[in-house]
Amino acid sequence: MTSTIERTAIAENRNYGKRLGKLGKRLLKSKTGLVGLSIVLVVSLMAIFAPFIAMYDPAKTDVVHRLLPPFWAEGGNMDYPLGTDNLGRDVLSRIIYGSRISLLVGISSVILAGIIGMFFGLIAGYYGKIWDFIIMRTVDSFLAIPNILFMLIILAVLGPSLTTLILVLGGTSWVVYARMVRSETLSVKERDYVRSAKAIGAKDFRIITKYILPNVISSFIVIATLNVATTIIMEASLSFLGLGIQSPDVSWGLMLSDGRQYVATSWWVATFPGIAITVTVLGVIFLGDWLRDILDPKIKD
Amino acid sequence: MKYFLQNLLKTIPVLLLITLIVFLLVRVTGDPVSLMLPETATDEERESLREALGFNDPLPVQYFTYLSDLVRGDFGESFRYNTDAFALVLERLPATFELAFASMIVAIIISIPLGILSAVKRNSFLDLFITGGAVLGKAMPSFWLGIMLILFLAVNTQIFPVSGRGGLLYLVLPAITLGTGIAAEMTRLIRSSMLEILGQDFIRTARSKGLKEALVVNKHAFRNALIPVVTIMALQTSTLVGGTLITETVFAWPGLGQLLVQAVNLRDMAVVQAATFLIAIFVILSNLIADLTYRLLDPRIKYD
Repeated sequence: MTSTIERTAIAENRNYGKRLGKLGKRLLKSKTGLVGLSIVLVVSLMAIFAPFIAMYDPAKTDVVHRLLPPFWAEGGNMDYPLGTDNLGRDVLSRIIYGSRISLLVGISSVILAGIIGMFFGLIAGYYGKIWDFIIMRTVDSFLAIPNILFMLIILAVLGPSLTTLILVLGGTSWVVYARMVRSETLSVKERDYVRSAKAIGAKDFRIITKYILPNVISSFIVIATLNVATTIIMEASLSFLGLGIQSPDVSWGLMLSDGRQYVATSWWVATFPGIAITVTVLGVIFLGDWLRDILDPKIKD
Repeated sequence: MKYFLQNLLKTIPVLLLITLIVFLLVRVTGDPVSLMLPETATDEERESLREALGFNDPLPVQYFTYLSDLVRGDFGESFRYNTDAFALVLERLPATFELAFASMIVAIIISIPLGILSAVKRNSFLDLFITGGAVLGKAMPSFWLGIMLILFLAVNTQIFPVSGRGGLLYLVLPAITLGTGIAAEMTRLIRSSMLEILGQDFIRTARSKGLKEALVVNKHAFRNALIPVVTIMALQTSTLVGGTLITETVFAWPGLGQLLVQAVNLRDMAVVQAATFLIAIFVILSNLIADLTYRLLDPRIKYD
């Protein structure tokens, strides 16, 4: 009898193939979802194939051609479609390469935060008692004050670098996942199939990975996707403030900080990286909203 | 009052944990003295400072000294400005409050009418336009908006000054920059809270009595929708803090945010700690006050 229960429980979670097909059909119906996915795909391809698409080395300075306007403006030409910056670097090439940092930092810090949050959330929810108490008080402390303060303190001590940036962004946003995973675990843990699995002596590890994890994963994916959007903005903001990516690496936020100083004479240097950030973040938000509608209709906002 | 005190006590472990994290970060990772002295300091200077500041004591003793210094508002001296860090931070507070206050007003002026309108005209073209604008406002980095505002309204048309603090004219662009992101978030939340209330029984009753729609919306629905709005506004303090850092840097606004960013760049740890603690305490208090107001506005909410 127990095995039947176990099998139905597993079958419930294993219809991924069919579900994937359905997802595809529903994606075609949702316009914003389709737009979001297309933007994310284009930016990802841009990041992966940057060396083949970009016409110039993004760090190569060329003082003769400094502050050239985009091709449609007077004095601009197709050699530098979106113009050049104060050191004569090609704006378009820098935007193409900048997508690498945005996605790298965005995705890797979300994965880091997700793993930490998932781990502590499962422990707090499944084992409860003192574990729950310690973990949730820590979560409360993190939620009580703005993340940016933790980030600044850590950045002040360790100094800015790509690794620090990923660690800092991931290490401060894990609490959101921990809280969500904990509350989902609490509700799943009391379901009949988990209880019966426990009754036949299944190990904790098996229960968590086979029964609890599959139930938590869809909310998790939704939150993670939307979190990528926030992280991309955070990376750009910190780089803009001089606390994130450092030259000669290319980041959209860093480009904006260069462009700000020349905004009076050369509007294009600061305008295009901002558009790149906005469009990418919009794409990720659309994709996340669509995933939420499909995977997890119960969480709204 | 009892509730307030209880919650105030609850914030103590939170603050302790924050101090512990900061303490460990600053004291354990790397040499704290090297962060305090300029890079040109000699070895003897380093050693004497280490001894004078008690860095040769055991860690728990150091943590205790550290805490008692904090309580007295003694964060040490800023090596950049050679003055007391806490005094330096306090000096910058008024400018930041001015900016934060103005931004909140901008956010309220934008979000309350738009939020209500999009809820009342649900699924109309107008609703789509407003919710679309709110998503865009969220996706747009505020520093880019600030730079674009400078470009169009300060450089090209010269209506507003490019940067700095002065009269009301100086305040307009920074307040719009910081207020827009908050307005985007608030519009969305006001919309959903209005929608929830418009679907409730007492609204149907009011309508079935034959009351004019404007009266139903303004008097019955909006008053009730205001309650969550208070909480929503308080939740924006975190966004506000992050926003001031960026906005003040874009507009060279001489506030706490600008000071903090500079201090982090220079690794002026005394100032970094003084500023972050002050902000943390401010955020915790404002959340607590919001919680309390929320309960006062809606007596149905139980004190527990």
